[in-house]
Amino acid sequence: MMDERDLPTREKVLWWIAGVVVIVYALFPVVWIVALSFKTPSDLGSKRFWPTSWVWENYDNILAGDAQELFLSALRNSIGISLIATFISVVLATFAAYAIARLDFPGKRVILTTALAVAIFPVISIVTPLFNLWRNIGLYDTWPGLIIPYLSLTLPISIWTLSAFFRQIPWELEQAAQVDGATTWQAFRKVIVPLAAPGVFTTAIISFFIAWNDFVYGISLTSTERARPVPAALAFFTGASQFEDPAGSIAAAAVIVTIPVVVLVLLFQRRIVSGLTQGAVKG
Amino acid sequence: MTTTRVPDSAAEQEAVAAALSDRARAERRLGWWLAGPAFVVMLLVTAYPIVQAFYDSLFQFRLTDPDAREFNWLGNYWVVLTDSVWWQAVGVTVLITAITVAVEAVLGFALALVMHRALRTLRPVLRTAILVPYAIITVVSAFAWFYAFDISTGFVNSWFDWLPGIGADTNWFGEFSTSVTVIIASEIWKTTPFISLLLLAGLAQVPEDLQEAAKVDGATWWQRMYKVTIPNMKAAIMVALLFRTLDAFRIFDNVFIMTQGSNNTEVVSFLAYRQTISRLEIGLGSAVSVLLFLCVVLISFTFIKLFKVDLASARGER
Repeated sequence: MMDERDLPTREKVLWWIAGVVVIVYALFPVVWIVALSFKTPSDLGSKRFWPTSWVWENYDNILAGDAQELFLSALRNSIGISLIATFISVVLATFAAYAIARLDFPGKRVILTTALAVAIFPVISIVTPLFNLWRNIGLYDTWPGLIIPYLSLTLPISIWTLSAFFRQIPWELEQAAQVDGATTWQAFRKVIVPLAAPGVFTTAIISFFIAWNDFVYGISLTSTERARPVPAALAFFTGASQFEDPAGSIAAAAVIVTIPVVVLVLLFQRRIVSGLTQGAVKG
Repeated sequence: MTTTRVPDSAAEQEAVAAALSDRARAERRLGWWLAGPAFVVMLLVTAYPIVQAFYDSLFQFRLTDPDAREFNWLGNYWVVLTDSVWWQAVGVTVLITAITVAVEAVLGFALALVMHRALRTLRPVLRTAILVPYAIITVVSAFAWFYAFDISTGFVNSWFDWLPGIGADTNWFGEFSTSVTVIIASEIWKTTPFISLLLLAGLAQVPEDLQEAAKVDGATWWQRMYKVTIPNMKAAIMVALLFRTLDAFRIFDNVFIMTQGSNNTEVVSFLAYRQTISRLEIGLGSAVSVLLFLCVVLISFTFIKLFKVDLASARGER
């Protein structure tokens, strides 16, 4: 990497402009949905970017008003279902990735290839058979009815990301522990788990994003507020009255579900990037 | 560990070998004990449903009329494949996939270059900003783009009314070409960061001394790009393109939110959804699902055979 102090001013300015363009590109639609969420219903049609006056009306509507039940139950469903799916897949993936990174056994490649195949699986192809099956066995419109298919989204990426992380752990420490008399299991628990925790944590965040983002399962396998997650619920929003444009309420709900994600990204940006890329590109 | 047998004398070769294979067997067993559950769950949540879908697709079966369920061989496939609705959906899906992946490859590469070369003060900010579109719920992004272009709530018409063809009354979701444009734009915005992060990781692996050598030899920026940078990150580029192609081919959320498939914007995933969930045609919906699955398999094979994408090396597994 060349030293940037040597750059001529003109080039420096160009890089600054390029950087600012990238930031505007990344944030523009987000700022727009925030602006939209603060508009009054009559202001929605103003065809302007910013609200003429900033009001909390839309937030009132979804947190305390008519849309409250719809939104808050969806929020509860989304958080609960995504957390449980993330937890299950991270636990399963941690064991699998440890075995893949550390142990010599036939079938390693099969497991990684399966993870890859599952990751590229068209989600809607799973929905069709599950829709019928879930109705028959009573899992339709329930939390487990979403948690189980969510594993098809979260488990493969967890296995990949974690395998990549685990390959970088200094395993000599584990051997040292084993020489000192620890069993494989003890070495795993006492030495490797603390070293692996950051990778596991990052994997959990990425996995949570993916579950949180799901729409296909959410819209297809639920029918009421019992299990419907936020992305699917957004499609069912109505305005304060039946004839009112729900844009403001949807925007407000969108902002609320986006905030935690953006905060996570801000806090763990470096780790998420390395987790995302290590899984796919040789690190 | 189960290997308690330690050879007491070096002469006992057989005992050593036995101990080693014992150890190997224990390791193998532990490996499957640890990785097995994840493996089984993955199969249960994908392999089982697709087999079930194939089975369902062989029946004429509508949930509203379960008694008329009837085995009709590959009849559903015949119905789907001879219907223009299917080919229309395939056409739109291919169109959206081709344009988004092509634009994202170029745009993602440019973003990766900016992040790679950006001034040190700006770099962390850029990397964080670029993650925002990736992390945002696709449905939220779809709504943001929809309301931006929508005739009653949008600002796009009033901002860009100086462009030919755009006026205060331009209805973006009133016809095919403009609807698809907005769908594609939103898809590109949302997923380019992913491709650019993969490419950035690839860029970081291009040996810096090769660049320097080429520079010393008088290569221009473009020559260095084509002769040094891109060939050296071919694996990363191919993996990124493969992932994005498959991902774009399953596009659903944007279409659902923005058009619900109106104006011929129906994509394959949405067709499968409509048949199964809206029309309760389990047989036909399953046939569409299986066909979509076969398309994805076909794309993967094409990439792997034709472009020789080495997924094993891409995963860091040799």
